Amino acid sequence: MILDGKCPTGPIEQTWDKHRFDLKLVNPANKRKYNVIVVGTGLAGGAAAASLGELGYNVQAFCYQDSPRRAHSIAAQGGINAAKNYPNDGDSIYRLFYDTIKGGDFRAREADVWRLAQVSNNIIDQCVAQGVPFARDYAGYLDNRSFGGAQVSRTFFARGQTGQQLLLGAYSALSRQIKAGTVKMYDRREMLDLVVVDGVARGITVRNLVTGALESYAADAVCLATGGYVNVFYLSTNAMGCSVTANWKAHKKGAYFANPCYTQIHPTCIPQAGDYQSKLTLMSESLRNDGRVWVPKKKEDCGKHPNEIAEDDRDYYLERKYPSYGNLAPRDIASRAAKEQCDDGRGVGPGGRGVYLDFADSIKRLGEDTIRERYGNLFEMYEKITDENGYKRPMRMYPAPHYSMGGLWVDYNLMSNIPGLFVLGEANFSVHGANRLGASALMQGLADGYFVIPYTIGGYLATVKPGQVKADHAEFKQSVDDVKAEQDKYLSINGKKTVFEFMREVGGLMWENCGMARTKESLETNLKKIPALREEFWKNVKVTGSGAELNQQLENAGRTADFLEFSELLCRDALHRNESCGGHFRSEYQDAGEAQRDDVNFCYVGAWEYKGAGKEPELHKEPLKFDNVHLAVRSYK
Amino acid sequence: MSDHKTMTLTLIVWRQKNANDPGKFETYTAKNITEHHSFLEMLDCVNEDLIYAGKDPIVFDHDCREGICGTCSQVINGAPHGGQDRTTVCQLHMRKFKDGDTIYIEPWRARAFPIIRDLIVDRSALDKIIQAGGYTSCHTGGVADGNAIIIPKPVADEAMDAAECVGCGACVAGCPNGAAMLFTGAKVSQLALLPQGKAEAAERVKNMTNTMIECGFGNCTNHYECMAACPKGINVKFIARMNREFLKAQFA
Repeated sequence: MILDGKCPTGPIEQTWDKHRFDLKLVNPANKRKYNVIVVGTGLAGGAAAASLGELGYNVQAFCYQDSPRRAHSIAAQGGINAAKNYPNDGDSIYRLFYDTIKGGDFRAREADVWRLAQVSNNIIDQCVAQGVPFARDYAGYLDNRSFGGAQVSRTFFARGQTGQQLLLGAYSALSRQIKAGTVKMYDRREMLDLVVVDGVARGITVRNLVTGALESYAADAVCLATGGYVNVFYLSTNAMGCSVTANWKAHKKGAYFANPCYTQIHPTCIPQAGDYQSKLTLMSESLRNDGRVWVPKKKEDCGKHPNEIAEDDRDYYLERKYPSYGNLAPRDIASRAAKEQCDDGRGVGPGGRGVYLDFADSIKRLGEDTIRERYGNLFEMYEKITDENGYKRPMRMYPAPHYSMGGLWVDYNLMSNIPGLFVLGEANFSVHGANRLGASALMQGLADGYFVIPYTIGGYLATVKPGQVKADHAEFKQSVDDVKAEQDKYLSINGKKTVFEFMREVGGLMWENCGMARTKESLETNLKKIPALREEFWKNVKVTGSGAELNQQLENAGRTADFLEFSELLCRDALHRNESCGGHFRSEYQDAGEAQRDDVNFCYVGAWEYKGAGKEPELHKEPLKFDNVHLAVRSYK
Repeated sequence: MSDHKTMTLTLIVWRQKNANDPGKFETYTAKNITEHHSFLEMLDCVNEDLIYAGKDPIVFDHDCREGICGTCSQVINGAPHGGQDRTTVCQLHMRKFKDGDTIYIEPWRARAFPIIRDLIVDRSALDKIIQAGGYTSCHTGGVADGNAIIIPKPVADEAMDAAECVGCGACVAGCPNGAAMLFTGAKVSQLALLPQGKAEAAERVKNMTNTMIECGFGNCTNHYECMAACPKGINVKFIARMNREFLKAQFA
């Protein structure tokens, strides 16, 4: 089937404005008759719940954390892009649009990206009005820094805690609506199923993580803002609770999963220290503004103290290979370059899995105080984890899974192929193509939540009668029974291996065979090993306790079971895409280390349909058209 | 990095099945712990052993494990977050401990934070304080350009100092009175400092203070334990600012 993204046509500059006018409206007096469910309270979900509540809809918001303020958007460090052109350095909405399309390696929809660039400026205004304390210059105006993949300074920031401050802004707007009674907040609830009645999304089944009770909630529309899935690699920069579960359950109820193979490996993370490790910690890309990346030229120098390696014996490989972007090359390119150096035997630190990020030159030029003011909290964090002082010796960095560009398929209105199911933020696939540029995730989350869904959901709700299905409908009971049966199964197996062991194993397979570089062979290996591991899981997992209590092992068992299914789809998608683009690098398709796209055969969105347990999923294609930014080899040289 | 020495530690951990259970300390041994383990990874290892033995693992709140989400919450040897300067439990590493150490692990203890299970407490009272006024009442859209109002850098920086709060509740756990003055003072100050927050400053401080009292938090008697416990180094001067704002609001 050929999918239709329902993008507006005509001059790109007018698409969103025209579409907004064309969308149907819900009368203010009628809005309160509609119930809307929002799952997830990060930037996308929090902003959506707050904005929809403000408009007068009845919103029910859900998060698995103990408070909506803790969603993992909070961990974004570096900043948020906007096309304000405050520095007068040549930025424009068109340039942000252009950079994002190119940065995504020509695998995103033009109309969606245009809209994102257009509303980026409103986001900054909104956040300032909320009291987000963005960095300012000495005249009192908003300050900007540079990020990868752009030659203008368009990134707004709040020290190294931009995600935290933006999330607290959205959380404060959400709190205001909770107080006003337009949003009912359900925390410590994990969505475990999507309820679909006669082909339309009508609600969700959640587990109350404190009591263990399975609860049903019905609504006229369901918005998933449930984040990304890179915990499929086990070790990633995501929070421990991040999972594919909500998206996977929706997928099993019919929602198409688009481009799952587009995963972002962030170039600057603290290298792994041991097998017991539970997560990896990212160091903001903004560090590459002032840090220089290098490895020793000679293999025999790798064991030396970095400060004893002479300048001439260092290979500043990013500056050498990509002179115009240098250390600010985009993430996919910087990560692959790091892997290349390490594979070549010139990596540093334990296992040779590391490259240096060196601030010595910047400290000499600007002084340690300036560097401390810009990145002090990051240096502190680095020292806490590694016991090394980044001011005195170069930091060690290695790429780590960080973000998923793929996600549930949505049309221009952010609605999936299931009517009534909307998908926002990292959970959808829409704007980043095959690679996301730095400081664009925060932009997308807030764009979807504040400035897209409030319009597009109205266009849908105006066509449906409110309250058609209640939570006592048979489909809700069936959903609860199915979830209960699955949980009883986990608890009854009483095998020999813990949930963590299985997660570590599947994550290891994914990182090894489907990580920064993939081949036909490695992917086929995974397509054999993952089903075997899944089978073992269902025979040999050990989960203690009961379902009727707070049970973290049971929570993790469910998430792991879903990763064990999803990982296979990810590999299948990577195997079918016989090209390299952005974060998807197939070693067979390269030109001296650079990704080799195949626009003749793969210039489409690949959206997978679930066909039932043990059955091959079906691929649907949405062709991509580039009328404004012409398909070209993506060069940062 | 290449240090392969391992530690064995004795853990004395608060176990409590649910809110109605009286709870008690249980003793466990943590083995094969290296200096690079984070504190929570050490607990992960202990939990794996408990699961193999068919026992209920210790439950504790945690999520980002990089010191920013504010979820983790344990009192370690009497100090919230373990007493290392500006560090959450998840960022505390085992190199701060010695082989053979005995470590006491407890939940946040405060009247306003009922225990849910083991080391997990209910901190929804902090959300209620924010809901009482921790925002500017701006609507989505229809706001001025971000540069329409300039804010002197020192003011913006001080607002950011206050805004760093992660809402973990260590200040409450550290306070002998179980007060949430540092938490509330930080939000009141952030918004009172910025021009965008001034319009509602008087109403805000009154509503947030009243809610704080209704939720069962205590009063401030200047012990400064909150500041010592705060993983983000929030300064007690923000409590003073809140008191000033509160006084001002009485005449507003």
